[in-house]
Amino acid sequence: MGRGRLPRATFGMSDAVAIRLTVNGARVERLVAPRLNLVDFLRDELGLTGTHWSCEHGACGACTVLIDGALARGCLVFAIQLDGANVETIEGLTESGALAEVQAAFHARNAVQCGFCSAGMLLAADALLRRNPEPSREQIRAALSGNYCRCTGYHAIVDAVADAARERARRKP
Amino acid sequence: MKAPPFRYARPQTLDAALRLLADEGAGARLIAGGQSLVPALNMRLLEPTLLIDINGLAELTGIAETASGIRVGALTRHAALGASAIVARRTPLLAAAVPFIAHEAIRNRGTFGGSLAQADPAAELPACAVALGARLEIAGPGGRRRVAAHDFFRGVYETALGRDEILVAAEIPAQPGATLFLELARRQGDYAIAGLAGWAALDRSRITDARLVFFGTDIRAVEARAASAALATSLDAAATALDRDLAPVADLNASAAMKRHLARVLLRRACAAAVTHAA
Ligand SMILES: Cc1cc2nc3c(=O)[nH]c(=O)nc-3n(C[C@H](O)[C@H](O)[C@H](O)COP(=O)(O)OP(=O)(O)OC[C@H]3O[C@@H](n4cnc5c(N)ncnc54)[C@H](O)[C@@H]3O)c2cc1C
Ligand code: FES
Ligand code: FES
Repeated sequence: MGRGRLPRATFGMSDAVAIRLTVNGARVERLVAPRLNLVDFLRDELGLTGTHWSCEHGACGACTVLIDGALARGCLVFAIQLDGANVETIEGLTESGALAEVQAAFHARNAVQCGFCSAGMLLAADALLRRNPEPSREQIRAALSGNYCRCTGYHAIVDAVADAARERARRKP
Repeated sequence: MKAPPFRYARPQTLDAALRLLADEGAGARLIAGGQSLVPALNMRLLEPTLLIDINGLAELTGIAETASGIRVGALTRHAALGASAIVARRTPLLAAAVPFIAHEAIRNRGTFGGSLAQADPAAELPACAVALGARLEIAGPGGRRRVAAHDFFRGVYETALGRDEILVAAEIPAQPGATLFLELARRQGDYAIAGLAGWAALDRSRITDARLVFFGTDIRAVEARAASAALATSLDAAATALDRDLAPVADLNASAAMKRHLARVLLRRACAAAVTHAA
């Protein structure tokens, strides 16, 4: 959501509009056309190719990112709307260690095959564990229902998220 | 696919947004959460000339307790609606419905006003608005007007909103009875094949008054008046009377006959559960 720092004008179809935002902790400033969505901005402008896209209509979850700390579909927001926002992607969250237990559990449980869905799955799993540290298997399935995986059949992913929850609980004093 | 090109504006006041809408005419589109609009843009079902981003309009935000119930700003995100203590206390039906809307990522951005304006016949919030007797506050070039939710929804994606108008808020009376909410969908987060939103006032284990609104069955959320009235007689009578209330239309999920059947199942389950709970 914008912070209203853009001048109060209307921007033309091919106008390149300057936006400033934080991506994975770094300040970035770029010129964007109004129709450029966040995933294409991340991949093509910033070279952050960990965030994927496929359906581009909100169904598959491959494009999942955090906007101001909240899970969001990168394909359903335009970069121009994110002036002043704080965006985090799989790259930044991996580097900070925020996803470490979840990633280790996905690895151990073989919950990654082609890997196309993995970034979105990891972010959605982490968002679940942050709000509900001890989810049931049903709650895990519900929380991941917006993320499609065409390889694993989901069982290994649910196992991995359950393991990650236990591991986080163990590490907490 | 990618969205077609458009011009973009982010007004900071409701008046400025209304002026932009009026000046642009038919090519203008408001964007709130974008969770229905952007899919439509990406599929090239719409090609607006100007996208007016209303996320900066403070007049459209906030949930407040009022003397008679609550007031919900159009920009209230689904997630905020579901997490609000005021909503849980005054209109628990809305709180019960939120987890059934899409997925967390979509609930974080999608808005209450956007859902009502979109008027998907299988959406949860329009049905709740009708069931709770919400009054919708609409701003236009000529000022403000109020429309009852019952008169707001006209058909599939059709509402009483004019092209030059903006939904500002909903005034919702406090819920007068126990929550009735059930929905059948193939997967968690999908739009409903059939759903029931309503409330029931009970005197010990007898339903004395109820409002039953079905969604996902007809071309819009429908209030089942005959069935509600027949509840005083028996659950069987209500299930039979439901035939007079509904005019189900088939979709990709189910035939009209199946939707009619499912609506009856939901009616029985919801009312039986309310009675058991009260006993
Ligand atoms: C994969 C997926 C699954 C979904 N599942 C469900 C579901 O199960 N149930 C459900 O109810 N919804 C579902 N949705 C839709 C979601 O709830 C949307 O958030 C909602 O329908 C629209 O709200 P929005 O704020 O995103 O509106 P937008 O997409 O921004 O706008 C939708 C329409 O409303 C208009 N509009 C928006 N705000 C206003 C306003 N204040 N005044 C006048 N017009 C306005 C816009 O111009 C546009 O025409 C789903 C979406 C996706 C992508
Ligand atoms: S690419 Fe965004 S949900 Fe599929
Ligand atoms: S691992 Fe291939 S899509 Fe999930």
